[in-house]
Amino acid sequence: MLKLEARPEPSRVWTYASPLLALLITVAIGTLLFSALGKNPLKGLEMFFWQPIHNAYALGELMVKATPLLIVALGLAVCFRSNVWNIGAEGQYIMGAIFAGGVAILADAGTSRWIVLPILLAGVLGGMLWASITALLRDRFHANEILVSLMLVYVAVQVLSYLVGGPWKDPMGFNFPQTKTFDVVTRVPRLLDGSRMSIGVLLALAGVAGLWVFLFRTRAGFALQVGGLAPAAARYAGFSSRRALWVALLISGAAAGLAGALEVAGPIGQLTPYLPAGYGFAAIIVAFVGRLHPVGMVFSAILMSMFYIGGEMAQSRLGLTKSLTGVFQGLLLFSLLACDTLVNYRLKWQKTGGR
Amino acid sequence: MSTPRLQLTGITKRYPSVVANSDVSLTVMPGETHAVLGENGAGKSTLMKIIYGSVKPDEGTVRFNGQAVHIKNPQEARALGISMVFQHFSLFDTITVAENVWLGLDKRLSLAQVTQSIVTKAAEYGLDIDPQRPVHTLSVGEMQRVEIIRALLGNPQLLILDEPTSVLTPQAVEKLFVVLKKLASEGCSILYISHKLHEIRELCNACTVLRGGRVTGVCNPAQESNASLSKLMIGAEPPQLTHRAQKAGAPVLTVRNLILPREDQFGVDLEGISMQVRAGEVVGIAGVSGNGQKELLYALSGEDVRSAPGAICIDGVDVSAANPARRRKLGLHFVPEERLGRGAVPTLSLAQNLLLTRREAIAYPHLGGGWIQTGQLQAQAADIIARFKVKAGGPHSLARSLSGGNLQKFIVGREMDARPKLFIVSQPTWGVDVGAAAQIRGEILALRDAGCAVLVVSEELDELFEVSDRLHVIARGQLSPSVPVAEATVEMIGEWMSGLWDDEVQAHLAELELVAALDEEGSHAQA
Repeated sequence: MLKLEARPEPSRVWTYASPLLALLITVAIGTLLFSALGKNPLKGLEMFFWQPIHNAYALGELMVKATPLLIVALGLAVCFRSNVWNIGAEGQYIMGAIFAGGVAILADAGTSRWIVLPILLAGVLGGMLWASITALLRDRFHANEILVSLMLVYVAVQVLSYLVGGPWKDPMGFNFPQTKTFDVVTRVPRLLDGSRMSIGVLLALAGVAGLWVFLFRTRAGFALQVGGLAPAAARYAGFSSRRALWVALLISGAAAGLAGALEVAGPIGQLTPYLPAGYGFAAIIVAFVGRLHPVGMVFSAILMSMFYIGGEMAQSRLGLTKSLTGVFQGLLLFSLLACDTLVNYRLKWQKTGGR
Repeated sequence: MSTPRLQLTGITKRYPSVVANSDVSLTVMPGETHAVLGENGAGKSTLMKIIYGSVKPDEGTVRFNGQAVHIKNPQEARALGISMVFQHFSLFDTITVAENVWLGLDKRLSLAQVTQSIVTKAAEYGLDIDPQRPVHTLSVGEMQRVEIIRALLGNPQLLILDEPTSVLTPQAVEKLFVVLKKLASEGCSILYISHKLHEIRELCNACTVLRGGRVTGVCNPAQESNASLSKLMIGAEPPQLTHRAQKAGAPVLTVRNLILPREDQFGVDLEGISMQVRAGEVVGIAGVSGNGQKELLYALSGEDVRSAPGAICIDGVDVSAANPARRRKLGLHFVPEERLGRGAVPTLSLAQNLLLTRREAIAYPHLGGGWIQTGQLQAQAADIIARFKVKAGGPHSLARSLSGGNLQKFIVGREMDARPKLFIVSQPTWGVDVGAAAQIRGEILALRDAGCAVLVVSEELDELFEVSDRLHVIARGQLSPSVPVAEATVEMIGEWMSGLWDDEVQAHLAELELVAALDEEGSHAQA
């Protein structure tokens, strides 16, 4: 009989091996799933794991999706490491997009290219503002940040619908609920010709480096994490839990808002009710699969981006439903949670009936 | 010769990282009070859990009254006639004594019958307890009486007691011993786990000594000396401390009429505490745990900043509203009772744990909280590990990988190494082996001789008498006047631990009890 036995020390090997094993299990279950749907499993897996990387253009598209996921996840990692459960990055992302869109809408052909800067800053501000509502309610009234941040997502969605269906509606838009297409000067500069990759990729990579330094080299980052690991120790040391709450929520709000701004002033180019793509929620999975580590999250963001693209491919080429994206995301997270048991426990064969 | 009540032969129990018991044999005769002596981590608790059926041995046999038995769980143990009183009580705070006892019994008896049998048992052994009282109103000593009555209701042939006196006043210990001696005279065997040598020599007529999971000696404690027993227990005699008289300097810590209502429901209100600790003296606070020590220390360390202005001053500076970091800047360093989770973050390395209270390895402190210089931090940690003889893999070792005693040495070292002006320590040697305890006490005295003001809060009277210059006693949130150690006796401090240091206090306590009694009548009337 198989038995779980507690390890004296958490295994370093399994800390890294567990996400890989989880990926293998996800692939295995995916294979079964494609067979059950009557499709060639190899073709199905190709959509998810080969098509997104098979040429330069595909790789670029992969990055286009990975960038917002990574930026949002970087912010969330700060929250989760300090025991602040911000589940509402999606709302902060939408609010960032709305603020950025509000600036972008003002631009016309004569506006300077530098308008991009205020657009991105507006996005950051919008995300921070939305996150600060959660921080304020938690701080002043001990409201549960999980519920508050989650509910604020739906408020943000309604605000967006109101704006695009009302005051900001494109007068030339045949009454569609959307703003005008923003002027080309507002577009976030692209990195290469022939690819939609923007300087957002660079911002995300800078964020990875910045987060690494903040978490592992600054005392402020250390204090934040102690609050998450051992609240009594943080109190003993004199690290303020209120400050940790505010810093964590403002950082993750800023990151989500920036991602929203990059998206609305980049690939989308206007505000529409279809803006919320679930990046804010998917980034939660990115953060945990990446072990809340800045470098780990680069890989998990790329993986999640593959699932997004693979889902769309499976829909257009194999006639499968796009929901497969969500299925794969969920499979990965569940397998990871299961595999993580091996970090703290080891499997042991034991004769049955022996004891 | 009669059949042994309990006979263990060749018991071995291995855990993944440690062998807890190795070829342990133990024989207990009927009516014998048998001590199991050993330091923390010597394997006493594992052995008792094996007897009580909550842990299964890898090898070895257990015989009870001559029959080989395989005890699968505590229910089976109780059915055989084995009862155990644990060090940590398993009582629910919000329900009454009788209800707590009833919960642990089979359901054929009604609550009224259980109440009746509690009263009968209590009277038989002189264990004074009211079955109708809610558990949270009981003192720790009373809770222990409930646990003992619960154990006795099964009419055990073997009673196991795990460190029963660690929470009792000296007077309560005397009372407990009377009960245990009566039980033994009726033929009940007792297994008594402890590391307090004088208790074992007074109570027990046989003793098995464990060290590192092995039996290192079987003897009659009445015929041994403390020195010979401790040699069996730790393999060496503990070093003697020298306590030189010294003139105390200016006051460093001044507490004036500190009044603080409890933060959590089962806490204690602090009722007007005043005290002073001067440079170059060690002040000890004795008391049974749960009498306000925790609350007082939270207020002194700055983890609780609700104190009224002027209540707490360090070096003449009013710090009543200052957080721990600010108090630390004024020279206060504090070692809390809980090591893992409060004094140290379990999942961080020793080096990282330095950052909780130390700032030497922080560069550019005004730039976003400062930059961590990892090289310097490692060196600083290695230094403390070496200086305080901490057994650890190195600065990279996680705090939780250390034994309790070694982690305590590291935390004490971290705070002492900061050259504090005021050093406050709670339970400095709790769960620490005899050698390390002597080392920590020696360091406390060295700190005092270097001119630091030291406040020691401890439940171990021996320890307080060893290191302190003056003693206070805390009871029910009130602090006694201080008495120089030279003028104090164990009996006097023991009486004070029940709150009896002057008439005024006694009157106040009587009033409290009256109120409690009236409350109770009120609730009975409603029921």
